[in-house]
Amino acid sequence: MLNKIYDWVDERLDITPLWRDIADHEVPEHVNPAHHFSAFVYCFGGLTFFVTVIQILSGMFLTMYYVPDIKNAWESVYYLQNEVAFGQIVRGMHHWGASLVLVMMFLHTLRVFFQGAYKKPRELNWVVGVLIFFVMLGLGFTGYLLPWDMKALFATKVGLQIAEATPFIGSYVKVLLAGHEHIVGAQTLTRFFAIHVFFLPGALLGLMGAHFIMIRKQGISGPL
Amino acid sequence: MHRGKGMKFVGDSRVVAPESRKTMLPKDYSEYPGKTEAFWPNFLLKEWMIGAVFLVGYLCLTIAHPAPLERIADPTDTGYIPLPDWYFLFLYQLLKYSFASGPYTVIGAMVMPGLAFGGLLLAPFLDRGPERRPMKRPFATGFMLLAIASIVFLTWQSVSTHDWAQAERQGKIVAKVDFDKTSDGYKIANENACITCHGDNFQGGAGAPTLIGTGLSAEEVAKIAVEGKKGPGGTMPAGIFKGNDEQLKKLSEFIAEIGKK
Repeated sequence: MLNKIYDWVDERLDITPLWRDIADHEVPEHVNPAHHFSAFVYCFGGLTFFVTVIQILSGMFLTMYYVPDIKNAWESVYYLQNEVAFGQIVRGMHHWGASLVLVMMFLHTLRVFFQGAYKKPRELNWVVGVLIFFVMLGLGFTGYLLPWDMKALFATKVGLQIAEATPFIGSYVKVLLAGHEHIVGAQTLTRFFAIHVFFLPGALLGLMGAHFIMIRKQGISGPL
Repeated sequence: MHRGKGMKFVGDSRVVAPESRKTMLPKDYSEYPGKTEAFWPNFLLKEWMIGAVFLVGYLCLTIAHPAPLERIADPTDTGYIPLPDWYFLFLYQLLKYSFASGPYTVIGAMVMPGLAFGGLLLAPFLDRGPERRPMKRPFATGFMLLAIASIVFLTWQSVSTHDWAQAERQGKIVAKVDFDKTSDGYKIANENACITCHGDNFQGGAGAPTLIGTGLSAEEVAKIAVEGKKGPGGTMPAGIFKGNDEQLKKLSEFIAEIGKK
């Protein structure tokens, strides 16, 4: 049955090359921990992706309860944390996932760096990867404000002061993020919510798509 | 001509001319030396098993350490000492050094992180040699190790100089207790500056604990109000209370009653 559906679609859209790129290829010996245990260093990129998927899923469930509003944001998080069935687990996964994804991404970056895997012809993929790193840090920064508790508010105030220190455009950057020159309040919360939930994930998905297409085009770098 | 600008198309740009068509299929397994393994489904199954173990550990973490939530944001609490999430601590710590703060904030906030992250972004264009082994790229390896050491050092400095007991106290969620703000006890507390540190609802602050549900008797409260107290996160100096004995009695009875169970 599945094969018939596959054949029916394949006849019209020629999806076999796509399937080959996604799944039907071989894993070289030097990246397979079954053959060389030290090859576990190649797993960090995949684990970053795994945690990213968990972040997206848990985040989608969190928005079912979360209200981006200065009166209700904290209340909704408190309710989610203490009243909703498994709310504590979902929020816990999103909270710890933010740390895990950065740890995994850092290790992945170090693996690629110390192996010199970013050298020709993979320069572009490295650049895209570092941009993903920046987007993840941005997600961490904007997500920190959303529970609207004390540390969220005051850490964000510090972060906005740092953004304001940018030469020439600092005050504009601050107003763009905070919605006001001086007040960190309702506008800031909705802007950070929009950035955290729409702008940065959109950029992240685009960059990750480019990252993976380039890996499949170029293949994994050879052994040292 | 198979690739690039010279590629020939037939009418529609999606259809490549037959003579410039190149097979895009990956190489056959037999062309790879060594022990390759099919990604689908053999290798993916192993990956999923590792992923499952990882997920179990991850879930244990979320159960053992629930995500923290402090009390609702109060922009008027100026005594609160902020702290970013741990992965920004190194940047935060950098801004505390005199060469990177005050008039030099731009150095700490922009120039130094900008150079480090810019170098990271442009690494393939800075390190252009053909060598891949770390030992044969001493500059690239050296700068990266220096960066890691700086990040570890700054994070450690930030963690070790932060007052964690105070951080826990200043963010604690305190149940709001209704009490009569027009009562004599509250007025005396206001006049004697109790609320400056303990908060106008006695919820506590950066340097002082909450006064709700202290479990202390009126006599003990009176003693602290006069003689002060050395607590785990701060010291209340002696002689804050400046009223007479009758006021002290009213105040201590009032404080001892708040949130009493």
